[in-house]
Amino acid sequence: MNVAAASGISRASGPPGGANREAAGLAVSLENLVYTIGGNRILDGLSGTIVQGEFVTILGPNGAGKSTLLKLLLGLLKPDSGSVRVFGKQPRRGNSDIGYVPQHHVLEIDNALRAQDVVGFGLDGNRWGIALPSRQRGQRIERALADVSARHLKNEPIGHLSGGEQQRILIAQALISNPRMLLLDEPFSNLDLAHEREIVGQISRLARERNITVLLVSHDINPLLTVTNRVLFLSNGRAALGLPDEVINSQTLSRLYNAPVEVARLSGRIFVLGVEI
Amino acid sequence: MDLRSMLEFPAFQNAFLAGTLVAIVAGCVGYFLLLRGLTFAGHALSHVGFAGAAGALLLGVDPIFGLLAFTLLAGIGIGAMGRRPDERDITIGIIMTLMLALGSLFIALYHGYAEQAYSVLFGTVMGISRTDVMVTLVLCMAVLAGLAIFFRMLLFASFDPGVAEARGVPVKLIAMIFMVFVAVTVSLSVQVVGVLLIFTLLVGPAAAAMNLTASPMRALFISVFLAVAYSWLGIYLAIRQDYPVTFCISTLAFIGFLASKMIASPFIRRLLATARPEAPHFHGGERGAA
Repeated sequence: MNVAAASGISRASGPPGGANREAAGLAVSLENLVYTIGGNRILDGLSGTIVQGEFVTILGPNGAGKSTLLKLLLGLLKPDSGSVRVFGKQPRRGNSDIGYVPQHHVLEIDNALRAQDVVGFGLDGNRWGIALPSRQRGQRIERALADVSARHLKNEPIGHLSGGEQQRILIAQALISNPRMLLLDEPFSNLDLAHEREIVGQISRLARERNITVLLVSHDINPLLTVTNRVLFLSNGRAALGLPDEVINSQTLSRLYNAPVEVARLSGRIFVLGVEI
Repeated sequence: MDLRSMLEFPAFQNAFLAGTLVAIVAGCVGYFLLLRGLTFAGHALSHVGFAGAAGALLLGVDPIFGLLAFTLLAGIGIGAMGRRPDERDITIGIIMTLMLALGSLFIALYHGYAEQAYSVLFGTVMGISRTDVMVTLVLCMAVLAGLAIFFRMLLFASFDPGVAEARGVPVKLIAMIFMVFVAVTVSLSVQVVGVLLIFTLLVGPAAAAMNLTASPMRALFISVFLAVAYSWLGIYLAIRQDYPVTFCISTLAFIGFLASKMIASPFIRRLLATARPEAPHFHGGERGAA
């Protein structure tokens, strides 16, 4: 399986120059990772590394193993063979170094909880007992909400918020514990284009400020072209990891899909024709 | 008869004591039941409990033991079921109907007092003994302690099991433990309001509370307050007017729920001008307190 590796990081925006891969520290390290679902090798010998601070977009058709990869990094699933390392260690549940925003259906509990309660879960939702009211806790929650421009929504029932607002609250929840890595699984599925751009901007800004590694699963590379360092494209158990241009081209995608794929560039945007990504 | 003279009778003392304890626990557990979308499971457990109680009667044992045994078994089973809500509800529904049928069989075979069967269905708060109150007290304390211990994890797991599990919360275990709390609460509540009207204390107060506030602590407080108020008022009216207790409590719960719906309605909210705060007009996010 071919992995197109990038030599040095070229940030779309931010500090110029290539950072030394070794010095930056590895956030994720995969070696011959195999994961099977019902007899299908969803991930078939995946290898590659992601450096701390990188923004990697994960693309691929449904069922390609994108969500599975995130769950493997979170320790929710165990690989069938091969190895996964997160910050040099085995993945484990409850790793506060990783913030996670999974795919969300529209939140069902409409009136039950306020935005500040939901954000608070990221702080101490996994601890025993009842939270003692403390000003420090309240301030941390407010700051997390402010980071996603949602401080004014603090007391709103989560079900009253729009899809975009809910998404920002969930991102605030993932970021409040100051994780070193952020995993987002299709964060834009309920959003219109304007909100999508806004959230992409916020995520990338916060990630740059705090040197957070971002792995974002999406179906469309275009809103992310200006912020993503590299792309990981999964399909049929195969993968390609590299700069957007190295991965998203007719040659590479045709190989991954095992079918003719045409990639066109028009007015600064990338269009993949012939298959769904 | 006024309240003070009522409280001189042991039977009525026991009724108020048991009613209060059950109301507190039902108010708390009911909140989480609503949050987790498990009200149907709660309802089913009361029917399962009915079979247990009827079976206990048949064996000459105190019905509470039958209630606890059956509801605990069924509760843990429901908690272990990880399936999608609609699939799960079908399974629960089928088992619940079987239990109801089983209970009716036990009742038919039981040659004792039909009144005891009736009181399982409709509540028997006037017939509660001091021993029953003691048992209720111990079990209530246990459930409340359990809720306090698991409070944050239960809330998180109820809201978002996916993220909660990634953050190390034992979601499956908590689901089962919570159903144990529900089983015990249902068993205790059956004493006061009976099998058929379990929703009165389990769902009514919590539903009203959730119409009024989105803060968990405030909702719990209101839920417990309403449950206790309904119980006290219900028992008092029942003694005074010689109406069935459960009927009084249920009516109050219904009125309370309606009132909460009206208070929360958009019409009233506009009247009280509780408008949504405006977003500040910044670009690139606001930076905390100025």
